[in-house]
Amino acid sequence: MNSSIVSLGEMAKQIKNGHKVVLFKDCSVPMELGRTLIKQGIKDLHLVTVPTGSMLPDMLIGAGCVATVETSGVSLGEFGLAPQFGSAVKSGRIKILDATCPAIYAGLQAAEKGLPFIPLRGLIGSDVLKNREDFRVIDNPFMKNDPIVVLPAIAPDVAIFHAGMADVYGNVYIARQAELKIISHAATKTLVTVEEIVDFNILEQPELAPAVLSAMYVDGIALVPNGAWPLNLPGYYDYDRSSIKAYAIAAENDSSFKTWLETQNSSSKGNSN
Amino acid sequence: MNHSIEELLIATIAEFLYGLKHIAVGVLSPIPGSAALLAKTRSEEVKKVSIIGSTQEPYRLDGGVDLFDCAGQGRVDAFFLSGGQIDGQANVNLTGIGDYPKQETRWSGAFGSAYLYFLVPRVILFREEHSRRVFVPKVDFISAPGVSAPNIYRPGGPYALVTPLCQFLFDRNKKKFFLKSIHHGHSLEEVHDNTGFDFEVPETVPVTATPTKKILTLIREKVAPVIADPYPDFANKCWPNH
Repeated sequence: MNSSIVSLGEMAKQIKNGHKVVLFKDCSVPMELGRTLIKQGIKDLHLVTVPTGSMLPDMLIGAGCVATVETSGVSLGEFGLAPQFGSAVKSGRIKILDATCPAIYAGLQAAEKGLPFIPLRGLIGSDVLKNREDFRVIDNPFMKNDPIVVLPAIAPDVAIFHAGMADVYGNVYIARQAELKIISHAATKTLVTVEEIVDFNILEQPELAPAVLSAMYVDGIALVPNGAWPLNLPGYYDYDRSSIKAYAIAAENDSSFKTWLETQNSSSKGNSN
Repeated sequence: MNHSIEELLIATIAEFLYGLKHIAVGVLSPIPGSAALLAKTRSEEVKKVSIIGSTQEPYRLDGGVDLFDCAGQGRVDAFFLSGGQIDGQANVNLTGIGDYPKQETRWSGAFGSAYLYFLVPRVILFREEHSRRVFVPKVDFISAPGVSAPNIYRPGGPYALVTPLCQFLFDRNKKKFFLKSIHHGHSLEEVHDNTGFDFEVPETVPVTATPTKKILTLIREKVAPVIADPYPDFANKCWPNH
């Protein structure tokens, strides 16, 4: 058995106050780990949403766990704006680092290559660029009169996500979510919750191997069935639309958000083993 | 044949898309997504429609990076943007209203706009609300600029703006919208009253073509079942029996 297999509680303790935590937006959101972090009372996180965020960042912000959000957008999609994010930005309770989707990817790709910065087209003339003192405009060194933006590498302390399957050797099957490799390569540490842990080596299956994050990058795996609930995990379960809608309504104001949070703490669907 | 406003907008937007090889559709875009699917149904040159959020082949994307890399290389021909505010220079505001960062109203954020607006040749702006609070003289925050200085690398930019009242084309040299047509049942006065920026008006303003029976049948039979995958609520609202 690989030593990286831990309990959810042990995993959550590896994430510390002030950590820069990177989260991918789709089909892999570690909701149960997020709820555990809230219960643990974690503070001052710097969240990087790849490239955007939805319910989990909104919840963490509402619960007072976040100091900074680096994002291209936080929204509940068809369920509307992210209310706790909106009110926290408005009040100045959190620092906002607005980006654009490919800038988040590019910054992480720079980190996975060990580069200090990376150029990106676009952005010039936007107020997004104007408000990011860490984004710079340089002259293309290979062509005259071609200004181009350079972005610093984004190197998070921790990448967290939920996936369907890991093996006892510490490899994680990430299905179609290829971006999970980028965030894990860029982060110092990667912590993964999964629906199941199998006893064969996934990397030895030619059909699965291309969609595997190798154990080398994985620092912790916890067995957490329903770990993405109420969000979806393809091949396992669909969105629980009524629960997301209930959240969207509750998050509209601080007192109903607090009530909602308390209900969550007492009736979470995951197995907090 | 009777049609809904959504069907008119879908058919109107599709007119800009026939013959393009790769049309990509971002988040919260059921009407543009339907228009892209209609264009693909009617035009063999449309090889690929990518819809963010679709789980069905062949519409799904190979991850988020794929879309931006494609656009960077010029492999995306059309994309769609909306905005909480859009101004007469086609600047788009997806970020919020008031002084940044502690804005009175904070929306989601710029998403891919600050990049894709520069790189995709034909960006179609759309908004289902045509009012002075949306179409403002100057946006509060430029999430993505409509025009750039000549030395800025910019193969892409605004091409048209489609609303429930009318459609505009954007003139990148004059940096101005030009009224292309007004939808049936609406007037130039109504467009002026509800638009906070100046735009050019032709001597005779055409009425937007209403969708033919053939197009409406394609929308209802071919487009509706596909757009229902990423946008079930939209499809149920527009076509309860799809």
